[in-house]
Amino acid sequence: MTDTAGSGGSVKLKLDGVAKNFGGVRAVSGVSAEVKEGEIFSIIGPNGAGKTTILNMTSGFYHPDEGSINFEGTDISQTLPSKIASLGISRTFQNIALFRGLTVLENLMLGRHVLMKTGVLAAFAYWGPAQREEVEHRERVEEIIDFLKLTDLRKTPAGALAYGLQKRVELGRALASEPRLLLLDEPMAGMNQEEKEDMVRYVLDVNQEWGTTIALIEHDMGVVMDISDHVMVMDMGERISFGTPDEVRGDPRVIEAYLGTTDHKEVA
Amino acid sequence: MAELVTLPQYMRRNGQTMGDQPAMRMKYLGIWNTYNWSDYNEQVCDFAAGLSTLGFARGGKLGIIGNNMPQLYWAQMAAQSLGGMAVPVYQDSIAKELAYVLNHSEATVIVAEDQEQVDKILSIRDELPKLQHLVHCYDRGMSDYDVDILISYEDVRAAGKAFNSSNAGFMDGEISKGTGSEIALMCYTSGTTGNPKGVMLSHKNMLSAGEIFIANEGVRADDDFLSYLPMAWVGDTAYGPVISMLIGATCNCPEGPSTVMRDLRELGPTGIIAPPAVWEGMLSNLQLKGADAPPLKSSIFKYFIGVARQIEDLKAEGKSIPVGLSLADTIGEYLVFGPIRDQLGLRRARWCYSGGAPMGPDTFRFFRGLHINLKQGYGMTEVGGLVTLQPDGEASSDTVGRPCPGIDVRVVDDGEVQIKCDGIFAGYFQQDAQTAEVMTTDGWYRTGDAGVLNENGHLVIIDRAKDVGKLEDGTPYAPQFVELKMKFSPFVNEAVSFGDGHPFISAMVAIDFETVGKWAEGKGLPYTNYMDLSQKPEVVSLISDEVRKINQGLPEVSRIKRFLLLSKDLDADDNEITRTRKLRRGFIAEKYGPVIDAFYSGGKEVELQLAVTFEDGTEAHVDSRMTIQDAA
Repeated sequence: MTDTAGSGGSVKLKLDGVAKNFGGVRAVSGVSAEVKEGEIFSIIGPNGAGKTTILNMTSGFYHPDEGSINFEGTDISQTLPSKIASLGISRTFQNIALFRGLTVLENLMLGRHVLMKTGVLAAFAYWGPAQREEVEHRERVEEIIDFLKLTDLRKTPAGALAYGLQKRVELGRALASEPRLLLLDEPMAGMNQEEKEDMVRYVLDVNQEWGTTIALIEHDMGVVMDISDHVMVMDMGERISFGTPDEVRGDPRVIEAYLGTTDHKEVA
Repeated sequence: MAELVTLPQYMRRNGQTMGDQPAMRMKYLGIWNTYNWSDYNEQVCDFAAGLSTLGFARGGKLGIIGNNMPQLYWAQMAAQSLGGMAVPVYQDSIAKELAYVLNHSEATVIVAEDQEQVDKILSIRDELPKLQHLVHCYDRGMSDYDVDILISYEDVRAAGKAFNSSNAGFMDGEISKGTGSEIALMCYTSGTTGNPKGVMLSHKNMLSAGEIFIANEGVRADDDFLSYLPMAWVGDTAYGPVISMLIGATCNCPEGPSTVMRDLRELGPTGIIAPPAVWEGMLSNLQLKGADAPPLKSSIFKYFIGVARQIEDLKAEGKSIPVGLSLADTIGEYLVFGPIRDQLGLRRARWCYSGGAPMGPDTFRFFRGLHINLKQGYGMTEVGGLVTLQPDGEASSDTVGRPCPGIDVRVVDDGEVQIKCDGIFAGYFQQDAQTAEVMTTDGWYRTGDAGVLNENGHLVIIDRAKDVGKLEDGTPYAPQFVELKMKFSPFVNEAVSFGDGHPFISAMVAIDFETVGKWAEGKGLPYTNYMDLSQKPEVVSLISDEVRKINQGLPEVSRIKRFLLLSKDLDADDNEITRTRKLRRGFIAEKYGPVIDAFYSGGKEVELQLAVTFEDGTEAHVDSRMTIQDAA
């Protein structure tokens, strides 16, 4: 299958023959893909297909053994995660990674850490530019709080929130750094139907209102097929299909590897 | 200056005499933004001129839908400035209800808060032939809409601003043209029976009620109110914008419906009006927090709440307070009552009113005990929202207060309360027959409530006249009495009692999902949803205990003999209660007919197919099996 599905829009993220080995296990082998500016790009595949590894390499947690990853024209294959965050890529985690004891507001403010210029001492004195910067950041965070409808939870410790809400705060934390590429690792996992619908709404809103490019991993096929512009299907570390949701749905290899077991997957 | 007879004329005066004083605040992005009276005038005049460029003119009707926010209040005032009327509707109404009200009111322009409300209006557009423009306040999510009637609030305002700059004096002229008898507001009464009716209130109606209230409570220009009640409820306008216009007090809009309690605390309003449901909610919350606190705190809380209760009971019986109790009360003020008032945001409140529905005496005394100046008032949409108030020092749980100066109240032979005052409405919109029904030939409004005027000149409301009945043996029975007793329990959200023409009293109980849920978590009891939780044997025995406690304080004949836990809460979407949470008894009796039959035929179990209406108006049927309990 060719990459005909992609039309218009510049390339935001380009994976070129990316491979990753863990000891003797080849987690990802020779995967190439392009994520276009402003789209929602989904990666699906059975457990162990290498989806999260792709995301981890993009956000710099791992570095590919072969191939290259290119973000807005810069090769980021060997870049450190902290550096990647400041380049404009941010992510959420499959297992929630929030500071449970901090409030929602504090968690979101931390998300803006990469954008803060004030040094430790200046911040401590909280005077002049440091204060102005803090106010500016707070304003931006408040916009996110409003956007994600978290107003009543501002001062609530993240750990005290229901699971679905923690996921939403995670999304907020990722958005706080004003990413141009947002990586979401199973944003709807473990949610009930209502929470899922809310999350889909927010993901679409982020994409449409703020124009953020989104790459996500998700098991819920209904969600993926509904919201994605392009879907990449992986199995055993390889890309087995790529295209629009309709193209992927009709691909016999996909049906064999994945869709044939949808029901089972959704239960899991 | 000529005499002021309309709300916009008062607004204009405030702009001239106190332009730099705060008129309104709205919490947005975590900050309270202030608009002074000059801003207020500018906003209203610009939007009004914008409306006039859209063809809105004298006598026009402007629909308003959304949560309390300055733009919606300004839109309301803008319509009134042009000699039109505002028709605020309940923001949580499902599309079907909206279609009726908006179509009946013949609104040509609707101002909606956000995408959610816009979607609802667009879904019923075919049923609103008169609708020409739909204005949205928030732009979020609206970029992809390609609908001819849609226009943003800011666009309307900008058009108006441009118009005003080339037509100076236009708005001034429009505001001056206003007369007191013009209709300012049309509130649709939720109606416990039948379709809602559009109550037309003139500027004179609204202003006279406002003036009376200001005189009674000594409202000042520096007072702060929280505008959090549905805009469609007459009380929100009567005790918010109207008073604000008359005297210059500030209206504050909360961030959103979910932050009201937090915003209340931040703001600390100087006076507040809340329906009993809000007080009951606060009470449940306090009881829960008190019980959850560490042992020492919890026992201090319980002790002083007990002291407060004893004092209030003694006061209610007209007895004097022993010195010891009085001393304990003083200590309690520092340890418990003051801090609680602070937590609730009521520390600055000089007056607190419960209105809109009856409140149970226990709830009332609980708050009085906390040294909160809670009082009861009585009013209805048809009289501009005000009939009686309790002057300070005359607060009582038994009465709804003294008829206000300028408002005449009489009780006719069959016990019905009737009213005559300047606030009496101009009639139901396009329903002359219904208007004639509620007015006597000599110009008194028939409330439909049964009541008496007691020896102190206070009005006592017994119940809706048609709800008062008799048990089989002739004992008089007022359903509300039992229901309010039950609702005092933190675990009970709603109760419906039956007894008229039956041998004994029985009740359906809707548990409070939040408090019972917390209780279950504390007990390690797993549950999934409301239906599951409400039918757990442990929950049944919890409520049984509550019923037993309630029965202990009642004479034998008024006790609840049988009850049942509903597997769903009563919901306005299902027509069981009104948007202001009044029971629609006729409908409930019909819907839950099998339950009533089972109560009185000795049945143990009822199987019922319940229709559940979702927010988007879709319906589902849920089969539900509920067991009937015999009260101990």
